[in-house]
Amino acid sequence: MHIISPVLWEFLVNWLTHFALFPPEASGIAPYTDALYFFLVGISLTGLVIVGLLVGLFSVKYRKEKHPEAVQIEGSTLLEATWTIIPLALFMIAFVWGALLYFRIYTPPTNAMNIYVVGKQWMWKAEHPGGQHEINALHIPINKPVQLTLISQDVFHSFSIPAFRVKREAIPGRYTTVWFEATKTGEYHLFCTQYCGTLHSAMIGTIYAMTPDDYQAWTAGSTSGTSLAQNGERLFASLGCNSCHSGAATARGPNLAAAYGSKIQMSNGSYVTVDDAFLRNAILNPTMNQVAGYAPIMPTYQGQVSEDGLIDLVEYIKNLNSNYRVQQTLNTSQVQTPSPAMPGTSGSANAGQGMVKQ
Amino acid sequence: MSTASTIVKLPPQEGATLPKKSYLNSEYGLKSWLLTGDHKRIAILYLISITFMFFVGGAMAGLIRLELLTPQSDLMATDTYNKVFSMHGIVMVFLFLVPSVPATIGNFLIPIMIGAKDLAFPKINLLSWYLYLAGAAFTIAAMVLGGVDTGWTFTTPLSTHYLNTHVVTAGLGIFIAGFSSIFTGLNFIVTIHRMRAPGMTWFRLPLFIWSHYAASILMVLGTPVLAISLVLVILERTIGIGIFDPTKGGDPLLFQHLFWFYSHPAVYIMILPGMGVISEVISTFSRKRVFGYTAVAFSSVAIAVFGFFVWEHHMFIMGVSNYSALVFSLLTMLVAVPTAIKIFNWSATLYKGSITFETPMLYAFGFLGLVTIGGMTGVFLGSMGMDIHLTETYFIVAHFHFVMVGGMLMAYLSGIHFWWPKMTGRMYPEQVSKLAALTTFIGFILTFFPQFILGYLGMPRRYAAYPPEFQVLNVLSTAGATVLGIGYLLPMLYMTWSLKYGKIAGANPWQATGLEWQIQSPPLTENFLETPIVDHEAYDYEWLANKTQHEVQTVG
Amino acid sequence: MDSQAIATSPEHTPSVEHAHPPYLRHHFETVEQQREASSFGMWLFLLTEIMFFGGMFAAYLIYRNWYYPAFVAGSHQLSIVLGTINTAVLIGSSFTMAMAVYSAETRNRKALITYLLLTITLGLVFLGIKSDEYHEKWEKHHVPGLNFSVHDFVNVNPAYPDDKPLPLDMAEKTQVYFSLYFAMTGMHALHMIIGISILIILVIKAYGGSYTDGHVSTIENFGLYWHFVDIVWIFLFPLLYLISRHQ
Repeated sequence: MHIISPVLWEFLVNWLTHFALFPPEASGIAPYTDALYFFLVGISLTGLVIVGLLVGLFSVKYRKEKHPEAVQIEGSTLLEATWTIIPLALFMIAFVWGALLYFRIYTPPTNAMNIYVVGKQWMWKAEHPGGQHEINALHIPINKPVQLTLISQDVFHSFSIPAFRVKREAIPGRYTTVWFEATKTGEYHLFCTQYCGTLHSAMIGTIYAMTPDDYQAWTAGSTSGTSLAQNGERLFASLGCNSCHSGAATARGPNLAAAYGSKIQMSNGSYVTVDDAFLRNAILNPTMNQVAGYAPIMPTYQGQVSEDGLIDLVEYIKNLNSNYRVQQTLNTSQVQTPSPAMPGTSGSANAGQGMVKQ
Repeated sequence: MSTASTIVKLPPQEGATLPKKSYLNSEYGLKSWLLTGDHKRIAILYLISITFMFFVGGAMAGLIRLELLTPQSDLMATDTYNKVFSMHGIVMVFLFLVPSVPATIGNFLIPIMIGAKDLAFPKINLLSWYLYLAGAAFTIAAMVLGGVDTGWTFTTPLSTHYLNTHVVTAGLGIFIAGFSSIFTGLNFIVTIHRMRAPGMTWFRLPLFIWSHYAASILMVLGTPVLAISLVLVILERTIGIGIFDPTKGGDPLLFQHLFWFYSHPAVYIMILPGMGVISEVISTFSRKRVFGYTAVAFSSVAIAVFGFFVWEHHMFIMGVSNYSALVFSLLTMLVAVPTAIKIFNWSATLYKGSITFETPMLYAFGFLGLVTIGGMTGVFLGSMGMDIHLTETYFIVAHFHFVMVGGMLMAYLSGIHFWWPKMTGRMYPEQVSKLAALTTFIGFILTFFPQFILGYLGMPRRYAAYPPEFQVLNVLSTAGATVLGIGYLLPMLYMTWSLKYGKIAGANPWQATGLEWQIQSPPLTENFLETPIVDHEAYDYEWLANKTQHEVQTVG
Repeated sequence: MDSQAIATSPEHTPSVEHAHPPYLRHHFETVEQQREASSFGMWLFLLTEIMFFGGMFAAYLIYRNWYYPAFVAGSHQLSIVLGTINTAVLIGSSFTMAMAVYSAETRNRKALITYLLLTITLGLVFLGIKSDEYHEKWEKHHVPGLNFSVHDFVNVNPAYPDDKPLPLDMAEKTQVYFSLYFAMTGMHALHMIIGISILIILVIKAYGGSYTDGHVSTIENFGLYWHFVDIVWIFLFPLLYLISRHQ
């Protein structure tokens, strides 16, 4: 070929070296997914071969020239039962296996580090706890479980990393989670797989799986100065949250310190575990998430806080282990001395208070 | 097990003549067609209109494959691409696949097969066709006025708040076409219940009727739910009500539930009638009763029943509760079983038959192979953990094309070839059509098999541009689509040719047992001169052999 | 070669010759078969209608569970008097429709026409009251999307001074209630309008004596449709108007 046309040859070589048949196996879950895949491929091939053999064999043996007289056969309950039960059994294996895998992929381990991902037309925005923001890229350390908390600002998106065999829909108005543990360093595709409008196919990015050391270096190098929790603290104060959630015994709102992960009773008697989704909901729809023992006075913050802001608040409350900082902030705003770290705190706090009276 | 053996001799075709009077020449003029109540004429009207829509949808498919020849979106801008694949999906699903077999072959044959003169409601049947036309007109209008780019799934809130294309027009088109489908299903159910000839008991019905009965139940119960979800989408878009709008308190997942409550059963609306065709064809060309008639009949009903309770498997990754996903995955596995039963029963039908390989049979073999792959890959997707990786990629595209195109379209072509002599009185040319069947099969495998690999690689569906390492497989797929396109053009050409030049078929060229083959081809407007009285099972080749012998004696 | 019907032995040949009434369509064997087929078809159609409304009832069920206070507040903005009158009007129209069917069966043309006209009148009265209610909703800014304000829900409802005003987040959710209210009653009203249009045709045909010659199945089947639309309202009325009215 290269004698005939060097250009064509070069093109072909180039083409075939860029040729993929199987995705890289780069996460802890990937080998398990692939095992199930090969099992399913195996039973499919078996089924296909059986059907092919039956049809082929009968076509040769009972073709009209060789077998002019058709023998009328009613059926056979035994045979039919066989080919009902065997496929059913195989499908049940596929079901149980698939279910185990599903629960594994969608149940993050408790020690996973959490990264927030916000999807919007047409980009992915990742927010690391340390305050690092990235667009259409995600840096992660290998050999460490990473949990993604996803939400969409507009339409449905879907966060897919084929090399890790994980995917999760980013839905407007609610958090979804997925986790993985990368096992190989490298750069992998990130796709939005749910059709989301004009530039759907441009809503792609790269996953950078790095060694923990490299990751450390990267986080240190790309920090924006304040962590998510620090941003959250600022927002917490400026919205006046601290005036009720002060942690004091006489406070009008529940104590938030160490609330994350605990089980609390709601005013309708049910029990809820405090997680990211609950915190977000409680800020936006307080009436529907009323904690027992408190008056329903919390105003909604729907429309006042962006998804990013909500993430900051959630991250702040999550890391709130004592009320020391809350009371500090409260004291600061009461003595009306705006500190440089919290501009405009007092004014917003008053606005927040005004809404409570509604 | 009865072991009677039968030889059925094909009648000499040289002596066959076209009958002087038939449904085709009983009346003339455009008006006699456009205002007809005759189910056979309405079937022909449908045949023409869905063939047209098929080529519209096919042209869109061609454009999609051309665009995907290169990794960049260079042939068209991404929003043009989005409009093209949306239109491909909408046209193919709602205006071709759903009405394909039922509205053409089913419409033509159901009354004849059960010994009736017409469907129970001829006027409603005609109305269905006009509704179909109106639906098609709206859809085409949406396309011509500037397109719609929602995809065929109309996902909210994308369709309600974020697109400024002709969503309402296309939605209305589907809404109207949906009523066409409801009325067709309703007509079939009533006809099968109330119009059977004396002696035609439920278990003497051809399996074609059983599968249409099952599909009709799905049409009647599923389509209204699609209709209401489209109405709500349209109201949300025009007025701004908030049933699916998260900013007003609505839940966009509710739309997904309602939409898939129809659109999963819709898959069975599409495939079940095709399965009916395959039962008839395999039985006829192996001259044998379908192996395990009852099991095949009940598996159709089982598919229809289970089909209503699996819709959530389209939403496994959308944050539904893990435990509800578990239930729906289990039910999905159960719905795969009846399909497996059917495939094995069809294969077993060949055993000790007397098999010939006319074109319909070749298509049926293609169907068996491709539906086995399509069905098995459905199990991949029903298996929850596997679904996470595979859903929304080309794997799912390949899967449903194996079922819809490899399965349904093969069955449709098989059926059209099989009953062409009955519909027109003339044979299609056998050699060319075998070539076309082969071309279709090869083209199909080449087009869609690479897409499984692409899917496992993770290539997302509905992408106008993709990473360069996916190009080789995409080029293969496009090459296959070209072959496939030729495979579909050929039948249209030679079928049209055969209308005038085809050999005259005679009443029963295949020596098949169905009632439709015992009357003249093409049939009279009233189908039967006298109401037939049925005294034998379906696929009773002994009865046919005796009858043929009897006729030969009386004529001779 | 042509048109041999299926082998029929002479003893099976149907010998009973019915007198064919003009309304028996050619493809049916007997009047009985035609009547059974058409009523079976109508019942199937009603089944599709149940699925059609079923989608909205499912949505109602979910959201009412989530946003109960908003649904109560929304419901308390509706006029129970107008709703009750409308229920009575519709039940009355079902009665006149049933009488119309009876008149057709007893071949009383004059009574048939009278009852059909009465049914039309009652249907129009229903629609009139309904449109008045819609108009009121518009004026009170209760139409989500087009003309909505939470004002009435974050303040005390003068008609229900015992009700506490809703917090803003729950007040916003009344939009879901009113979305469902308009979608459900709107679809119901659309069915009424279609029904009234068919009734007008029926009246015209009844003048010509169409349904008083023994051929009652058209009137009967339309009666089924009309009763169905009535029954939908019987469900809508308590679900939309009577939420938490028992205190």
